[in-house]
Parts: sequence; structure tokens; C-alpha cells
Amino acid sequence: MVFPGTWSDRDCGWVVDQVLGEDLRYLWHKDPDLKGCDCVILPGGFSYGDHLRTGAIARFSPIMSSVVDFAEGGGLVWGICNGFQVLCEAGLLPGALIRNDSTEFRCEWTHLVAERDDLPFTHVLERHEVLRIPISHGEGAYFADPTTLSRIEQNGQVVFRYCDERGMVVPAANPNGSVHAIAGITNRRGNVLGMMPHPERCSEEELGGVDGLKLFGSVVHSGLQVLTA
Amino acid sequence: MTRLAKVIVTPKPVVNDPQGLTVKQGLRQLGFDEVADVRVGKYIEVRLSAETPEAARRRVKEMCVKLLANHVIEDFRFDVEEDGSG
Repeated sequence: MVFPGTWSDRDCGWVVDQVLGEDLRYLWHKDPDLKGCDCVILPGGFSYGDHLRTGAIARFSPIMSSVVDFAEGGGLVWGICNGFQVLCEAGLLPGALIRNDSTEFRCEWTHLVAERDDLPFTHVLERHEVLRIPISHGEGAYFADPTTLSRIEQNGQVVFRYCDERGMVVPAANPNGSVHAIAGITNRRGNVLGMMPHPERCSEEELGGVDGLKLFGSVVHSGLQVLTA
Repeated sequence: MTRLAKVIVTPKPVVNDPQGLTVKQGLRQLGFDEVADVRVGKYIEVRLSAETPEAARRRVKEMCVKLLANHVIEDFRFDVEEDGSG
């Protein structure tokens, strides 16, 4: 998915078609439909210049009503960084992303512990597997009110938490002040994933890591399972 | 009649406001020792046509709920006055 100001679309696209050899379509924000895609990725960037709030204007793009319908029908929707912010603004995921507690833009490697190994995005992972994936954002602190927070915790909707390299969730490993160290969440049904870290930036050895490829590979495998079922 | 809505959007009290904290520290460094707290929000002016002040307020509230503020993290308040600029 490409909005004006999206910047990680080519990086995500590269992983899909060059690294994995899968069929890739770029969706422009004015396109009338999703061109038959099995999974829609909302990549990182500064859609609409982050005007008003991050993700606030992208939510009103013509294509977003198709994305909402697709998600409500069980289609796979994956928001990364700015895409996560858009999905929260669109109401497809609970909560919001606010300014990092440091007030600084953070571009660095982080470790994530995976709390779900049963989603289309994560089923190739081991339970509590630790992934090394970089972040790159100024407004990535996850926030939800206490009621919402306890609901998503009880439902197991937290997919990734910031942790140290041994998988321990400690304050020093939280790069932005996210509540409960949340780095990624899913909806109740498990077909919509939002995450601040950038798996597309660590999907080839020459980029310094390949943990991100596990998530892309997981989506592809889940698609194959559907086709062969 | 053209009316002017002055909308103020602020981070909810429960939401961490690192911008406000940074500004507070800056003010303290400048010698404003009396500063207890700073919250940074947004000020938005909307010019709209509406027959009555009530109609304008109803529409502006809708704008706040649907776009101008995110209810998860922000509160809003506004005043509506006759637009003197035209």
C-alpha cells in the first residue's frame, strides 16, 4: 500500500518479490480495490506528512474502506510503523501511538519476544522466540487506557514486546516508553497485525539480520496452507 | 453566517506528554522556577458557515470526534464566535 509520504513500500516489496519470489502488487491510495491481494501491507513512512496526527489522514484515503472491508472479512492486513499508526486511527486495532518518551527519533536494533506463534504472521516462530528487528520512529510509544490494556492482555492480543537479547522484558529494553513494552498487537480475530519495528529492514544477511524474513515467510506459508486446504 | 471555531486539543491527563516535560525543563533552565507543569497540545481554527451558534457547535463537535482529536489520547474543547475577518 502506498500513500503520499510512504517510504518503506519498496523495501517491503523487495522482500515479497525479490527475496521470496512472490507475486507483488503496489496499491496506490486512490485505487478502487485491492487487486486481488491475499495480504495487504501498510508500510512505514510519513503518510500525508503526519499532518494532524500520525496516520490520521491516511485513514480517509479512498482505498481504506476496501482495507477495512477486507480486514473485517478475515483478510490479512499488516501495518508496519506508520502502517500500525494508520490501523489504530482506522479503528482496526485498539489504542494509539504517541511520541517516544525520550522525545527523540529512535533508529536502532531492538529485540522482541514473540508471544503468539499461532498467527498467520508468526506461525513459523517458536513460542517466546526472541527476534532482532530494528525500529525507526519518533512516535512509536504504544498507549491504551487501562481498561483496553487489560482487555488486550487477557485476549492475548499482544504479539511482540520489547525485551533484551535474552528475552527478558526489562525497562532498559523499552526504546520508546510503550505501555507494557508493547511493540506489536493483533485484533481479536488475529488477521490484523500492527507493529512498530521494521521486519523488511532485516530480511537479508547483508542488512545485518534475517529475523524479519520469518514474518514475511510465515505469511506466505499461511497463504499456501489456505490454498492447499 | 460565517463563524469561527477555535478548537483546543490537549493530551489526556493520563497520557504521558514528553513534549510538555521537555518544555517545562527548558522553562526551569531559563529561571522560571515557578513552573509546575506544562502540557503541549494543538490549537485549530475552523471557519464554517452555520445559521446559529448551536448548529455550529454541533458540527464542530462532530469534527472533533471524527478527525480533529483522537479520543484514545486527546481531549478537546472549543469556542464558536462570529467571524470578524470577512
